[in-house]
Amino acid sequence: MASARSEQSKKMPTAIKLLIAGGFGVGKTTMVGAVSEIRPLRTEEVLTNRSIGVDDLSGVEAKSTTTVAMDFGRISIGDDFVLYLFGTPGQERFWFVWDELARGALGAVVLADTRRLADCFPSVDYFERRGTPFIVAVNCFDGAPRYKLDEVKMALNLSSEIPVLLCDARRRESGKEVLITLVQHAYGRRPVAKV
Amino acid sequence: MNEEQLYDEQVVRPYVMTRGRVEARAKLDLITLAVTIRQTTGVEVGLDPEHLTIVRLCRRPLSVAEIAAHLDLPAGTVRVLLGDLLDRGFIMLQEPAPEVDVLDERMYRAVLDGLRAL
Repeated sequence: MASARSEQSKKMPTAIKLLIAGGFGVGKTTMVGAVSEIRPLRTEEVLTNRSIGVDDLSGVEAKSTTTVAMDFGRISIGDDFVLYLFGTPGQERFWFVWDELARGALGAVVLADTRRLADCFPSVDYFERRGTPFIVAVNCFDGAPRYKLDEVKMALNLSSEIPVLLCDARRRESGKEVLITLVQHAYGRRPVAKV
Repeated sequence: MNEEQLYDEQVVRPYVMTRGRVEARAKLDLITLAVTIRQTTGVEVGLDPEHLTIVRLCRRPLSVAEIAAHLDLPAGTVRVLLGDLLDRGFIMLQEPAPEVDVLDERMYRAVLDGLRAL
């Protein structure tokens, strides 16, 4: 498709995508809202049965489309860059949408809740398999059992270079720290530039 | 949501709006940016109200996802409408940096500085 990345690109910022993944109710949209300059918006992709795969439709043959909603926010970085933060759809069966979101993404935050740590396994697996740089942020819910970060790391079987940090998804400063950690990690992970 | 509702509001209407056109060309990313480069003159034959709304919204660059959210339409429908506007010279599109290009040191520095300054 015709696009303008060349001479006219000065007039347009470059869009960068970051993903916020994790289990249902772990605070993805809360974190997006805490750091976004706009209130979180929702966009929908309508999937046809071709894009979801036949297995998912067994028993519901009449339903030929499914709507997948994603919440997202925006952070403008001067005039040159604009970050879009996308909360990934909760249901891991929508791999089609995950693949689309992950394409070109700079990196991902996997939000974890220590009361339901297993909920973030599929996200960790997905980004490991795809090679997307990611970090794990443990959302500190009131009353949630506190584990040492090493214990979380061990439970998730993460390699030592994956950053794991505590956060409070409701707090802007905390969300900022998470995003900075992610971008630094992605920077260290980037392939060596071809000269 | 029952299936009938889903069918009525989210499938039929956008399909009619795009007159049955589906996304045939390269699929625009959700963060592909659109910006208006030519204003509409009020009456534009063949453009729907949704097209005109996009031209108005995109005075500053907006992503496919944002346009879809503002119009309350599925992203796929917005991609088709953007294709129409591109063909008629109303908008310019900027695709996001390809994955292989997300390694520019300047970009990381700018993003880190920008985040720290939030």
